[in-house]
Amino acid sequence: MRKFAQRRSTTGFLLCLPLILLVAGFVIYPAFYAIYLSMLNKKMTAFVGLSNFQFLLKRHTFQMVIFQSCLYAITAVILKVLIGFTLANLMNNIPGKKQRIWRGLLLVPWVIPLALSTLTWWWMFDPSYSAFNWVLNQFGFANVPWLGVGWIARFCTITVNVWGGTPFFMIMYLAALKSVPEQLYEASSIDGANAIQRLFFVTLPMMRNIISITILFSLIVTFAEFDIVRILTAGGPQDMTHVFATYAFQVGIQSGDIPLGAADSLFMFPILAFAAFFVLRGVTKRTKEIAT
Amino acid sequence: MAEVSVRKVVKEYDGGVQAVKGIDLDIADHEFVVLVGPSGCGKSTTLRMIAGLEEITAGEIWIDGDVVNDVPPRDRDIAMVFQNYALYPHMSVFDNMAFGLKLRKFPKDEIKRRVDEAARILDIIPLLDRKPRALSGGQRQRVAMGRAIVRNPKVFLFDEPLSNLDAKLRVQMRTEIKKVHQTVRTTTVYVTHDQIEAMTLADRVVVMNHGVIEQVGTPNDLYHHPTTRFVAGFIGSPAMNFLPCRVQDGANGGLTVRVTDTITVPIPAARADRYGAFKGREMVLGIRPEHLFEYHDQGKPGWNRVDLLVDVVEPMGMETMVHFFVDGAPVCARVDPATHAAPGEMLPLTVDLNQMHLMEADTGKVV
Repeated sequence: MRKFAQRRSTTGFLLCLPLILLVAGFVIYPAFYAIYLSMLNKKMTAFVGLSNFQFLLKRHTFQMVIFQSCLYAITAVILKVLIGFTLANLMNNIPGKKQRIWRGLLLVPWVIPLALSTLTWWWMFDPSYSAFNWVLNQFGFANVPWLGVGWIARFCTITVNVWGGTPFFMIMYLAALKSVPEQLYEASSIDGANAIQRLFFVTLPMMRNIISITILFSLIVTFAEFDIVRILTAGGPQDMTHVFATYAFQVGIQSGDIPLGAADSLFMFPILAFAAFFVLRGVTKRTKEIAT
Repeated sequence: MAEVSVRKVVKEYDGGVQAVKGIDLDIADHEFVVLVGPSGCGKSTTLRMIAGLEEITAGEIWIDGDVVNDVPPRDRDIAMVFQNYALYPHMSVFDNMAFGLKLRKFPKDEIKRRVDEAARILDIIPLLDRKPRALSGGQRQRVAMGRAIVRNPKVFLFDEPLSNLDAKLRVQMRTEIKKVHQTVRTTTVYVTHDQIEAMTLADRVVVMNHGVIEQVGTPNDLYHHPTTRFVAGFIGSPAMNFLPCRVQDGANGGLTVRVTDTITVPIPAARADRYGAFKGREMVLGIRPEHLFEYHDQGKPGWNRVDLLVDVVEPMGMETMVHFFVDGAPVCARVDPATHAAPGEMLPLTVDLNQMHLMEADTGKVV
């Protein structure tokens, strides 16, 4: 017993115990509780198995939620990756002091609390008094009901998400760009590569891990997005902008069917687990490949 | 293969710091030239300007009869081996070597032929499928050389390629590099701070200091006929001994060199004419450790006896280094390993003044 207590692994475990308890308390317990809830009836008095899931899958609104969640997350992540990568490259070419100023400015959308900045966007999308419509009017165009028409509203929610999330990608990619050894670029220029070839044969392969990890991280966060949709459209018009989290809130909290809300939110898990498995497997493989 | 010319080339960085101050250098076809000098002397900057990785502030660089000042590196038809190998970690050895050829759209079978041939020369055929992380330092350096060889460029540039290797591997790779040059005969510019590497590899050595070329010559030239105190001190290991001295009249109309009150030795007659003009001036006597050895009865003309107090004895197996102080100046002698020299005792030595160098104390110029 004394030997067990003196082991380094025991000390390590004990030191980690508070964190393990926290994770267990705030992540594992709620996760299992959600699974338990999702198998109850609306009054939470009887076990109904998977019928909540079956019920959701048959509903047209929920099918739209799955489609919109995927569209929202995938489009937003792709745009954030592309814009973030472009900005990082532009930034990387700005010399020292000026780069710091631009970096600071471009980080602003990310550091402002999303609920507040989304409110500002909401004002800008207002059909009668919005800044965007004012600009359109100046050029002789009619008002656009930004948040009142399904596909335009979807576009608006994605735009706000991209605006808020791009700085994170930019800063991650900028850090990754700085860690690519300069000599690889020099060697490739001597080997005959032009700027585009250097991008495809040196920069992108060297950044594949960080790109994969940021995509995974952002997919998780964007799939679970709540604030933007809730504040901008509350899921409307006609439930067309709902994502899993806002729909779960509507069904579970506003309509009082907590088991159905829990079942809705659990749909995210297999999708994200699937993505995480493949992304992390690729990251591990490449890390082993390029480790020196 | 090509000639390389560097004409009045200047490199000035922001803030006015001049790394290279108007150097001139002509490198012949097939020649192996080594740029050597201490850190910050401008040798790597010069190489990088030849490669096109650094812009030239003034002057011209010619490769194969063309001015290449404004030609990007990829169009200069050069190949470079970097200190840190600069292998692409995500590519196999084969792909690393084939990369330049693929970009130049060589046919696949030609790429394979060239890579296989280079791999055979460098003895890395079994490594072709591996990734760089699975290679040792020496193997990586070979792959880096292979990447240069397959391109069959006009000029090879080496930027301190052996600095990251351990001492034993460095010697081995030095021989490999020399062997490769003997095989492919490509014009080569090689940068190092290691004077032994420079001496062993070069057809001609360029010694640089503070952004200027101090001396250009064959290794033997530099060793036996340095033109400045810097070159005399930089080439050779252990370094040449320098002792402040004065040239004065000696017996029978000859000259002597007076080092201290107790050490005054006659200058060989063959050198008297050359040194006569410096009589009475503050000079520096330069003598290499191998020209200061244990005293024997049978002397030769120009050999003189000096007795010095031993400070440190360093046995090295095939020879022994003995260190002394003469008027506060450190002096090293290379003596027979069977020496009886012991710290704190006097050791009779022979100084071979036939091999002496005399320098002006103020300019450092060898006279």
